[in-house]
Formats: sequence, C-alpha cells, structure tokens
Amino acid sequence: MGFRSLDEIMSQAKKNGIRFWEVILEEDCKERQVAKEDSMNKMLSLYHSMKEANDSYDSKLRSSSKLAGGDGEKLMNQIGKNTICGDFINDVMAKAVKMGESNACMRRIVAAPTAGSCGVVPAVLISLQEKYDFSDEKMVEAMYVVAGVGEIIATRAFISGAEGGCQAEIGSASAMAAAAASYLMGGDDECQLHASAIALKSLLGLVCDPVAGLVEVPCIKRNVIGAVNSLTSADLALAGIRSAIPPDEVIDAMRTVGMRMHSSLRETGEGGLAATKTGIQIANKVL
Amino acid sequence: MNIFDILGPVMVGPSSSHTAGAVKIGYIVRKLLGEDIQTAKLLLHGSFLATGKGHGTDKALIAGLLGMKPDDIRIPDSFQLADESGMEYSFGSIMLKDVHPNSVQITVTGVNGREIEVIASSLGGGRIKVCKIDGLEANFSGDYPTLIVHNIDRPGYVTEVTSMLASQSINIGTMQLYRDRRGGNAVMVIECDQEVPEESIKGLEKLDGILKVTYLNLKV
Repeated sequence: MGFRSLDEIMSQAKKNGIRFWEVILEEDCKERQVAKEDSMNKMLSLYHSMKEANDSYDSKLRSSSKLAGGDGEKLMNQIGKNTICGDFINDVMAKAVKMGESNACMRRIVAAPTAGSCGVVPAVLISLQEKYDFSDEKMVEAMYVVAGVGEIIATRAFISGAEGGCQAEIGSASAMAAAAASYLMGGDDECQLHASAIALKSLLGLVCDPVAGLVEVPCIKRNVIGAVNSLTSADLALAGIRSAIPPDEVIDAMRTVGMRMHSSLRETGEGGLAATKTGIQIANKVL
Repeated sequence: MNIFDILGPVMVGPSSSHTAGAVKIGYIVRKLLGEDIQTAKLLLHGSFLATGKGHGTDKALIAGLLGMKPDDIRIPDSFQLADESGMEYSFGSIMLKDVHPNSVQITVTGVNGREIEVIASSLGGGRIKVCKIDGLEANFSGDYPTLIVHNIDRPGYVTEVTSMLASQSINIGTMQLYRDRRGGNAVMVIECDQEVPEESIKGLEKLDGILKVTYLNLKV
C-alpha cells in the first residue's frame, strides 16, 4: 500500500469525498490490479472464513501440550447467567477464547494480523453483527477499516511479537478492531482512528512472554483483553472523546517501546510469565 | 505487502511462522522437485528445532511435502497421510550458518529418482525464503514462477536463458547470479511474471554445460 500514515489516508478520503474504508479498497484495486468486485469478494470470503472458524469450535480438542482447550465452552455456558459483564461481553469473550484455542489446536483460522491474535477481530465483528444484524456488505466495509489500520501499523511499526512484543500483536489487533467497531456503530473516520489510538495506547508496553514458546499461555486469554478493550475504546471515541496523542504518533510510540523492549520479552520465551517458576516447570514438561 | 498480508492468511494454527510458513516451505520443496516424494530427510535449525514440536512444525513440513497448502485442515494428520502414501521421512537437527532462526534443510528424493537439497527459512506472517538449493545460493520467495539453472561458470549461459525467456514473452521480475568460484559451479535464479513452458525447460537441460534446471511451477 502506498500510504505511510493514517493522516494521509484521511486526507485522501477528504479530497475525494469518500470514506476511509473506500480509500483502502481503491488502493487494493490499484496495488493488485483487480476490480472492486474482486477485492470485495476476497474480503467477504475472508470474513466468512472467520465465521466458519468460530462456528467449528470443538470444545473437546486439546493442544499437543495439553495446556489449551475447553475454556471457550465454559464462557459460552455463562451466557444467560448472572455475570458481571453481561451476556454481550461474555459472548465476545467466549468468541475470542474459542478462536485462540482453535488456533492452538491446529484448526483453520484467519491470522488478523497474526495467528496469536486471531481471536480479537472476529470476536468483535461477529458479535456486533449478531447483535445489530448488520449486512455482510457492511461487515466487508468494516474489514477494510480493519485492514487499513493494520497496514499502517505494519508500515510504521510492526505486527509481530518477535519484533515488538505482544503490544504489536494483541495491541494492533485491538486497534484494528476498535476502528471497525466504531465504524459499524456510525462513527466517522476521525472517530474510528481515535478509537484505534485509544485501544493501542491502552495496551502499550505489553510484552510477548509465551510459556514454553507456544502460542497458548498467555496468548489465548490476551485475545479477550484485546477484544473487550477495542469495544470500550470504540465507545469512548463514539462518546466524542479524542486521543490527546494523534493516532499516527501513538503507532510511532508503539514502535519505539517495542524497539526498547529487551529480547527476553519479545517471543523468545525467556522472560515475563515464561520465566516464572511455574512457567519453567511447564516448559520442562512439554518440551 | 498488501492488505491481505495483514488480514490473512487463512491458515491452520497455531503460528504463522512455525506452522503456515513451514507448510509453505514443504510445498515449495515438493514443487521444486516436480514429482511425488519417495524419501525426505528434514534437519531443523534454531527456533524450528527448539519450539517446533509444540507448534506442529514437523507435521506442517510433512503436510507441505505431501502437496498441502497452509489452510489444509488435514495438516494435523500429515504423518498418518505420509505413511499411507508410502512417503518415508526422518527428522534431525542441524546448526546452519547465517540463516534466520526458523530454518530447515530438506533433502528429498522423488519417485522418479530426482533429488534436491533445499535450505529455507520462515520469515514470519507465513512468508518464506528459499536460501539455498543443492548447496548454492538461491534467495527467492516462492511467490513467483522461479527458474533455477545450475551451470558451469562459462560465458554465454545468461544469454541462452534470457533469450529463451524473451522468445516466450516471459518478463523477468528479479534475477540473481552466484558461483562458488571462477570457472566452478554457477547458479542463476530468475523470478518470472509468467509461467515457463515445460518444453523450454527441457531445451535448457539439453544444453552442454548446464548441470541441472529446477523450476518452481505455481500452476495448481
């Protein structure tokens, strides 16, 4: 993609009198030399793959390390009961955990932006579609918002835990989902980008410390905070609250923080939770 | 990088580098060999060796060698499928020099006796790089039809190959040349925008001084 900042995309949108998501769509058509219809069909099939992955969750599966599996069902069983966060948030949490568990159990998922963070975007988008009955066309538009924010984060910073810690994976996914959530709820382009900035700010500094180096502990449960954080960030932005630090600068800060992060906290499985007494015991047992 | 590198790939988990990338490496090796695999020897390096098992890297590599793509739901069952299809495989460890931490050396023999040794790395997000073929530099992504020509280091081979491509109206995307020493073994790695016809490849193989032609055909 030719854009290097969210600001550039915003100016392009204003100049041409179109929305943020349409700029991303047009850019994809230009870059891959395809018609709008082809691009949108590809995006729709990606969204369908997310839904299929959500629907095909199998609570009986366990990962090869036996650390992951079954928690998604526990959350689904809570729906309709007296929970602190209520049914909608519990549903979002269940979807996020289910996808993370499916990934750990070698099921088919959609990396968004990575496999470790694959639960955040679908948990938010599918739950909102179910609650408000948005059309698939509307969901495809939201997916372009997701992709546009993700592309700029990948260009200005990074989207892998090895490079920037978990803030680059779950943080980025949360920022991408927050923008899409506010788009779906009627937020304008500025609102979407501030939703993503607030989401990313809230997860700044999150380290990547997988126990035994596997995409399981704590990755699966962090998909929950990524998803819920994107909803609260979207609601903040929809209330008219703006990030004091502009969205592009928040992404730059994420990059700087990631670069200063010690390598033991960037996916090597040598720091954080992975380096706790129990983390080491688990690693010795499974590896 | 396009937006579908950010959203996507659709893949079997748990890791885009350790699983999806590993499937792609196996798949590309199978394509480079150009025939079904009889035996495969896989030597894992670095992080592939250290955490590969928990990420299903071993199953992913075998799945790729069987011709599966990263979104194939049969990937977790690849060992069994290999046994059923009669493909023999073995795993070991290796310390490779100057490579990405997620790397593997794969030596395969095909059902018709063809052999190839590949060193490849998984770079993250499902992207890969083929680093070496039969001990000589290669450095290509596997995203384009790729022609790899091993020849004796003598004048004229670049012209032979590029004229052939020009005559078939094939555009060259990237081109690299390496050799082990002056007058020794040389290799040309050419990423093309169009597929190279089989007859043209056979024509090159017949030329005196051309030792081996390997072609990555991306047509399904």
